[in-house]
Amino acid sequence: MFAADFRIILPEAILAIWAMGALIAAAWTVKDAATRALTWATAALMLALALWIGTGTGVDSAFDGSFVDDRFARFAKVAILLISASILLMGEGYMTRRALMRFEYPLLIALATVGMLVMVSSGDLIVLYMGVELQSLSLYVLAALRRDSPRSTEAGLKYFVLGAFGSGLLLYGASLAYGFAGTTLFSGIIEATADGVSLGLLFALVFMMAGFAYKVSAAPFHMWTPDVYEGAPTTVTAFFATAPKMAGMALFARVMFDAFGNVTGDWQQIVAFLSVFSMFLGAFGGIGQMDFKRLMAYSTIGHMGFALMGLTAGTGLGVQAMLVYMAIYVTMDLGAFAFIMSMERDGRPVTDIRSLNLYSRERPLVALAMLVLLFSLAGVPPTVGFFGKYYVLHAAYDGGFGWLAVLGVIASVISAFYYLRIVYFMYFGRETQPLDRVMSPAAWVFVVGCAAIMVFGVVNLFGVEPAAAGAAAALVN
Amino acid sequence: MMVSVILFAPLVGAIIGGFGWRIIGEQGAQWLTTGLLFLALVLSWVVFLGFDGNAYTVEIGRWIVSGELDTSWSIRIDRLSATMLVVVTSVSALVHLYSFGYMAHDDNFGDLPYKARFFAYLSFFTFAMLALVTADNILQLFFGWEGVGLASYLLIGFYFRKPSANAAAIKAFVVNRVGDFSFGLGIYALFLMTGSLTFDNIFAAASTLGGEEMRFLWRDWNAAEVIGFLLFIGAMGKSAQIFLHTWLPDAMEGPTPVSALIHAATMVTAGVFLMVRMSPVLEFAPHAKMFVVFIGATTAFMAATIGLVQNDIKRVIAYSTCSQLGYMFVAAGSGVYGAAMFHLFTHAFFKALLFLGAGSVIVAMHHEQDMRNYGGLRKKLPVTFWTMLVGTLAITGVGIPFTQIGFAGFLSKDAVIEGAFAGGGAYAFWMLVIAAAMTSFYSWRLMFMTFWGRQRGDAHAHDHAKESPLSMTVPLVVLAVGAAVAGMIWYGDFFGDVARVAGFFGAALPDGESVLEAAHHVPGWVKVSPFVAMVVGLLLAVWMYLIHTDVPAKLVAAGRPFYLFLLNKWYFDELYDWLFVRGANWVGRVLWKRGDGSAIDGTVNGISMGIVPFFTRVNARAQSGFLFTYAFAMVLGFALFLAWITLSGGAN
Amino acid sequence: MTAAAFTFYLFSLSVLAGGLMTVLARNPVHSVLWLILTFISAAGLFVLLGAEFVAMLLVIVYVGAVMVLFLFVTMMLDVDFATLKGEMARYMPLALFIGVVILLQFAVAYGSWAIAPGTETRVAAPAGAMENTRALGVLLYDRYFLLFQLAGLVLLVAMIGAIVLTLRHRTDIKRQDVIAQMMRDPKTAIEMLDVKPGQGL
Repeated sequence: MFAADFRIILPEAILAIWAMGALIAAAWTVKDAATRALTWATAALMLALALWIGTGTGVDSAFDGSFVDDRFARFAKVAILLISASILLMGEGYMTRRALMRFEYPLLIALATVGMLVMVSSGDLIVLYMGVELQSLSLYVLAALRRDSPRSTEAGLKYFVLGAFGSGLLLYGASLAYGFAGTTLFSGIIEATADGVSLGLLFALVFMMAGFAYKVSAAPFHMWTPDVYEGAPTTVTAFFATAPKMAGMALFARVMFDAFGNVTGDWQQIVAFLSVFSMFLGAFGGIGQMDFKRLMAYSTIGHMGFALMGLTAGTGLGVQAMLVYMAIYVTMDLGAFAFIMSMERDGRPVTDIRSLNLYSRERPLVALAMLVLLFSLAGVPPTVGFFGKYYVLHAAYDGGFGWLAVLGVIASVISAFYYLRIVYFMYFGRETQPLDRVMSPAAWVFVVGCAAIMVFGVVNLFGVEPAAAGAAAALVN
Repeated sequence: MMVSVILFAPLVGAIIGGFGWRIIGEQGAQWLTTGLLFLALVLSWVVFLGFDGNAYTVEIGRWIVSGELDTSWSIRIDRLSATMLVVVTSVSALVHLYSFGYMAHDDNFGDLPYKARFFAYLSFFTFAMLALVTADNILQLFFGWEGVGLASYLLIGFYFRKPSANAAAIKAFVVNRVGDFSFGLGIYALFLMTGSLTFDNIFAAASTLGGEEMRFLWRDWNAAEVIGFLLFIGAMGKSAQIFLHTWLPDAMEGPTPVSALIHAATMVTAGVFLMVRMSPVLEFAPHAKMFVVFIGATTAFMAATIGLVQNDIKRVIAYSTCSQLGYMFVAAGSGVYGAAMFHLFTHAFFKALLFLGAGSVIVAMHHEQDMRNYGGLRKKLPVTFWTMLVGTLAITGVGIPFTQIGFAGFLSKDAVIEGAFAGGGAYAFWMLVIAAAMTSFYSWRLMFMTFWGRQRGDAHAHDHAKESPLSMTVPLVVLAVGAAVAGMIWYGDFFGDVARVAGFFGAALPDGESVLEAAHHVPGWVKVSPFVAMVVGLLLAVWMYLIHTDVPAKLVAAGRPFYLFLLNKWYFDELYDWLFVRGANWVGRVLWKRGDGSAIDGTVNGISMGIVPFFTRVNARAQSGFLFTYAFAMVLGFALFLAWITLSGGAN
Repeated sequence: MTAAAFTFYLFSLSVLAGGLMTVLARNPVHSVLWLILTFISAAGLFVLLGAEFVAMLLVIVYVGAVMVLFLFVTMMLDVDFATLKGEMARYMPLALFIGVVILLQFAVAYGSWAIAPGTETRVAAPAGAMENTRALGVLLYDRYFLLFQLAGLVLLVAMIGAIVLTLRHRTDIKRQDVIAQMMRDPKTAIEMLDVKPGQGL
């Protein structure tokens, strides 16, 4: 039995063991000189694991059902591994220039990734919590990685304290759920709620949702996002904006359907609230921002609102829409952050969007790629971003949330303002001192590649659609 | 194969001539388009004369296949389309030829090349018209319908430097949209009721349509009636029937060959063709038919009265066209479809002839179009005079009563009037007879003012007036021959014995035996009445314009309000201007200033400049940077959710 | 009231009072002391439940190590909480209101608290007849193996984090390198130059 269990968690185990082994090896030998090699090796390992997990089939569960391996988990895991590997690859240039190539950095990313993989596979509240904590703790450290910068330190501290609060809410909810159902297994909870629930369980639901909302930075649990995004090193910010969001949304969906599938009507309303709050906060908050990283924070919040809209629908189509939306969102953000990492002037990073004045004259191709990415973020057809939005709006409408879809359209129109303003600066701004040409080849590949995906993906979304449909079917039956 | 060549030869000419004239030259484009048209002409006559009454279709390709909708590009050859092929290609080829001379010099364009463009438009028009008449399904017919509308727009506005021409082109386009809207509704209704747009299927379902009800606007109606009615309104637009006729006189802003081809012989008759084509359905819509008769008769009368007093030579003929189209609709509405097609056929010859003749006069008189400045041109323009005389004899209907000997108009118009008496009712009959008298009057008035009397107006123009070149006179002669004999040759086929007509048309027309039979056996006074009317009109014209030339002026002075009413075309344009143009302007202004300016711009600006920044500021304040603020927001959040769940979830 | 019940309420009251005072105490050192009281009382509750091992862990690890560390840190940091609280006081009325609302909601929820029917079947079975230290070990390394390992990873990350954020190798100071000193070779350390009189180097 134990061997069978272990085989199911083997990918996570391999990644964790690699992280620990590499940690010891690097600490004993050349230390930071090994970072480059470690970065590439970790990315390669993640890609290999993604390939391996991606080819998996069937439904399996380990440790009495507390760890689940199904199509939904595999979809999220492949996405997370690809994101983590992408971050490592495209962030290397930035980290080198900022002298942040500490050997712990790739390994902390690997450990955070392990946490996320556990999160999306969890079938038990405690496993869930362990995954969340493993991920969060790694992220706290990463946020404060640039320790001689007050902003970075502050970002790490804020994230840590508020994260502890969020985890507390999650734990409190979990304990209420345990109190009601007498078990921490999702399968046990859904069984216990089959014949009606008490208000206490609904409170458990609310607290746990508050915890999840914190993790995916959905309003009004988003407050940490702009400060942390701004303070953390850009590579880490890019990581924050992508992988944990994917994992968080997947976990959100899994708990809602696997554990609280019998009280759909109750959580749908709260998710709808979160969705509306997030969309409008993302739209309003971004308008005032001149700092690209803070702007991306509000962009994230808004996009999370849209992804939650898919979840709100409470249907298979809704989950599928949410997964497709998240896949599109992370691709867009990876491209955008690969660009932000390369914004430097006089050897110092700049994040003011006004520094992009007339950027199109310096590097027309990159500017064009950014234009595509920003249009896609804004949801302008015919970019893929539009289809992502269309997908969730359709799902929400189908699920009986027409009003939510209408509000979504309004919010998306408002938020288009700040995306298009960047385009305005790049193409029509006033002449200012140009940015340095420091973009690393890997970052260039990501900017242009992600933009190309946003254009050519309209054909068939590179097969994400059927994969997401299969994943959704595994969750909602 | 042959019919495909007929259809596509003009298109090839239009494309090469229109886009490739810089390579082959303007002359080359002219010769190419004209040559291809003559090829189509020869083949059309072969098809027409060799047609044995059995309809067939030639499928060219699939078109739109979507759900139940299944349409293909097909050429349908039956007696109707064969007749129309002949009419269209004949007139078009002759007009192409005629345009060599007419368009040789033009002051409107300066150095700008325009000939290739003109010929390309003409050829494109011909293609669209052929696509219309050979359509196998109503959607393809609609394609051709809109194609000729486009060509008409382009050609009316050919002198794009003249504001009046542009205005006329827009007017024609807009007025036609009104009709086309209804036509579109008719097509939808047909598809809704029969599930198909192919004529064969529609005709097969015609009898069931007559017995079915469909909901339209506020109540259920007979399906055939609704469809017939909607399609007829579409036809009214294209064929310039009363209420939608106002664009046709203005369309005379286009070059005269265009007027001859599009606005006399072919495009404007498309409405009549549509009615005859849909006759199997129309047969089950008696009320719609009555409406057709009423509108046709009223148009015939109204246009004729206006024609009495117009002074612009082209406008007289334009109103004459309008009036003659009314005749055709009366025939179609009365159920004598053969007579409608017959009049369409002969009218194409003599009306094209009259227009081309008028064009010849206009060219000779240096683009002077006011008849009051003509006079005594008989000697200077002999060929034009003689051919137009034939045309006038044809349109007024000169012939020997009770026989089948006469000019084309004599036979076809008599056929229409007899049909109207038999199947259309007294109103239609009397209207048409009175209109016939007026037709005679204004046609002869035109002749007398132009070719008789003393020279009026600019002496210089008269001194330099000379006969047109051969390329213009040859078409005139050819058309004159047609106008003289076409009626006598095909009378029997279109309006002869019931059996012969049925054999001629084959399955293209429904059995209209009873009406046709009745039309053959009307009383003698009915048969002679159009002739009498013609003689009355002729004598009046002779008296007023040859003998006592001061009478018209006295008449005008005596009945001035009446004269102004006619001169101003029954004040239709003024009425429409007041009713629609000003109304639309008013609505537009209100929507622009109030709706767009205040409501939409105001709201959007209010939101984007007021509310959005407000929330942005609120958010910026909340984002204080203090941890406890952030934690407090989270507490607020879950407190709110707890409250919500307590109120909503706890209750159930 | 049995002695057990009396002790239970005593410890419970002590836990609640300790927790409350931890939050309310103005002096941070007092706060930590109150927290220590809370932990000791909680350990007492564990003893009452028969979980001596957990109770001892609580006393040894939390009270003995973690809390003493906390005490030193707070004493050395000398944080002025008064100013922080002053900023917070502005929101006090609103916060109080929200707090009361949440409290009422909890009252409603706990008032109508119900345990799902059939819970007995879902509760994990006891580990069998053995003392609870052994039972803990058996469960941790068997049924909860995954959780145990994950917890270990979490602690590892915490450790890495502490090192990453505090350990620094300064390059601008001189360090003693014993091996280098011992391996010094006079040949490389001293260069003999033949300086001619009357000339500089």
